[in-house]
Amino acid sequence: MSSTTDYEYRPRTSSGRIANFVDTRAGVSPMVKEFGRKIFPDHWTFMFGEVALYSFVILLLSGTFLAFWFDPTMTSLEYDGSYVPMQGVEMSGAYASTLHISFDIRGGLFLRQLHHWSALMFVMALSVHMLRVFFTGAFRRPRELNWVVGCVLFLLAIVAGFSGYSLPDDVLSGNGLRIADAMLKAIPVVGTYMSMFMFGGEFPGLAIIGRLYIAHVLIIPALILVMIVVHLFMVVVHKHTQYPGPGRTENNVVGFPVGPVYAAKAGGFFFIVFGLLATLAATTTINAVWNYGPYDPSPVQAGSQPDFYMGFPDGALRLMPGSWPFSWEVSIFGWAVPLAILLPLLPIGLLFVAMFAYPWIERWVTKDNRVHNVLDRPRNAPFRTGIGAAAVAFYAVQMMAASSDLIATHFHVGLNDVTYWLRAAYFLGPILAFIIARRMCLALQRKDREIVLHGRESGRIQALPHGEFVEVHEPLDEYKRYRLVNFEDMEVQPARANAKGKVSGTEKLRGRLSSWYFEDRVAPVTPKELDAAHGHHEDHTREVVGAGSHQAQLDK
Amino acid sequence: MKALSQKRRHPLAVLALLVMALLLTGGLYAVATTTNEAKAETTTYSAQDIEEGQKLFMANCSTCHGVNAAGSEAGPSLIGVGAASVDFQVGTGRMPMQMHGPQAQVKPAQFNDEQTKQLAGYVASLGAGPAVPEEEYLDVTEGDSANGAKVFLANCAMCHNAAGAGGALTRGKYAPSLMGVDEAHIYEAMQTGPQNMPVFNDANITPEEKRDVITYLKALDNNTNPGGFGLGSLGPVSEGLLIWSLGLAVVIGFTVWLTSRSA
Repeated sequence: MSSTTDYEYRPRTSSGRIANFVDTRAGVSPMVKEFGRKIFPDHWTFMFGEVALYSFVILLLSGTFLAFWFDPTMTSLEYDGSYVPMQGVEMSGAYASTLHISFDIRGGLFLRQLHHWSALMFVMALSVHMLRVFFTGAFRRPRELNWVVGCVLFLLAIVAGFSGYSLPDDVLSGNGLRIADAMLKAIPVVGTYMSMFMFGGEFPGLAIIGRLYIAHVLIIPALILVMIVVHLFMVVVHKHTQYPGPGRTENNVVGFPVGPVYAAKAGGFFFIVFGLLATLAATTTINAVWNYGPYDPSPVQAGSQPDFYMGFPDGALRLMPGSWPFSWEVSIFGWAVPLAILLPLLPIGLLFVAMFAYPWIERWVTKDNRVHNVLDRPRNAPFRTGIGAAAVAFYAVQMMAASSDLIATHFHVGLNDVTYWLRAAYFLGPILAFIIARRMCLALQRKDREIVLHGRESGRIQALPHGEFVEVHEPLDEYKRYRLVNFEDMEVQPARANAKGKVSGTEKLRGRLSSWYFEDRVAPVTPKELDAAHGHHEDHTREVVGAGSHQAQLDK
Repeated sequence: MKALSQKRRHPLAVLALLVMALLLTGGLYAVATTTNEAKAETTTYSAQDIEEGQKLFMANCSTCHGVNAAGSEAGPSLIGVGAASVDFQVGTGRMPMQMHGPQAQVKPAQFNDEQTKQLAGYVASLGAGPAVPEEEYLDVTEGDSANGAKVFLANCAMCHNAAGAGGALTRGKYAPSLMGVDEAHIYEAMQTGPQNMPVFNDANITPEEKRDVITYLKALDNNTNPGGFGLGSLGPVSEGLLIWSLGLAVVIGFTVWLTSRSA
């Protein structure tokens, strides 16, 4: 007994004793030791995931407050709260309690607006974070599964948002539910059954708000929370990625440790995000449900749009021609198949499948199965950047189409013309975005080569004794140069024969894709090229505009 | 009388009776509806008003509407449109039209109240039509904004937006914003159905209900927005734009600041 106590650490102060008591039972110090020394690289693009996380925390806090007063029932009652234009109007308990929160609960409107703005911030930050991960190639081995978890989070965030804005049971959200119902019913054979199952009978019924409520406050947040834990756990396991730079390799992480620097930065950043959202909520109206009136299936009001993250399916439906060039209402074996609703949703489905599968698609094409902890600058992966830009354009055109009526009224153009132009953009936009983004990347890579080989244009013009004018180029320091030359030189991997000596069809496709990916690549400057360019320097001591670049290209 | 009774079994007798019955009911209906609308005709126009109005009409309107206001290829006939229509179209500056397009746009009124009244008097003298509304139906202190909201959301919001912010119609036509519109003009628009708007006559929406709608719109207009900046009351689109522009910019600003001293 006494021999064991001899070895035990005995703090002298009372606070020390309390801390030791907790530590010896909860095992905090090994965790602090592990997490406190976790390194986070500093770059502004790495912080959007954090913004999403903080918005989610604010959503939980503000949502809990709203749940104290929100009444998810659809039974009719007469409103007698303090919003005069709705007094005496018959409405559901859900709508009445939303008005009650907005007008009769102290701070209720503020928290409702905080909740809604945080939802928009959550989805936006999440989307930007995903774009950053995609364009920098952070989804490559070993992070493919974390990319999938992120994609699941993206879908969950959309579902969370949709279920949330359907809850107040106003005309606008009812219209949104009606569209969701129509999409469900459009699924051949099972659609009607699924709709009946979801709404507990014919739309709108009396069940949907209560069901959406449980999904919104319990099921979806729990799933999101689980996914966030998995996501962050994998971030810890994989360690953080970093941009290329001097001293940064595949085997290290350069940055600040969590304790104390990042704990302070991240903690402070939480309050910045909170403050920003609170300012927005306190000053700017969001979802003025009192304007829309209680849900009634008959009216659809002008300017009915979903929140931005549900804009793309809505826009896709708006872009689809109703009965052109022929009626899209076809009947297969006696089952009505409303193609006008199914067809525009199909490409969206494919886009999501491609999004989930992209890490494997790229790995298959490039045959690159190595671990990547150093990120690509987007310009150094022109094909991937092009694909990303095309996907963004495809999404954005459909999102814009969801606001076609507001584009028409605010820019004084015809609604039909907006639709025609957006239909063209639906097909041409992604192609154009791909070509433009890829060409811009290649041009930026060539500019980088130029700068490495000949330095930066200083803007100083000098007259030589024989009358020639030259611009002085300033050489780059080694650290900056490293950033510009240290990227992977991905080459075309042509189709190869398999063990039986046969080139299979899929291998041929892969070879073609590979050459499409990399045939126009711009190689990084090699030390030899650099020496040659610098030898050039010694002859003249000054670089003449443009002269060396052609030479360098010819040497290559 | 004998001749008539002799022909009562003529094969065409049934047809003749049918035509007579149709004419009678149609005629009665026409009389009933015009009396219903003409009932509000209380603003009186002096002979001098009508004469001055005709002069203004000849100088400013006849190019399109014809010298007798009977219409031409460029503009519709104004016989029977009533004073309310003139007061609305001229009073809001829509007429004389700024340019040909999908519909007449609002611009600063070209005629003063006196001239508008004279023009209205002249057009009203051409045929019976809806008159300028009486003051009692424009008094928002008498109206019931809760009933107005109900009527508005059921009849108007599908084109004019739930908050009266306006909306798009097909092929460049649109429903304008109702914010800051004069009470009389709102009433007249419902009564006469200008541009692409349907007519909401007194049988459809009673004068009292019209007053309620006006009361609701004025409540929307004058109430300070409970939630802060309204973002044009355009709904989720302007909210999404705000978060993707200002929201994203501010967040990026902070992230750049937080990482400005990096390792």
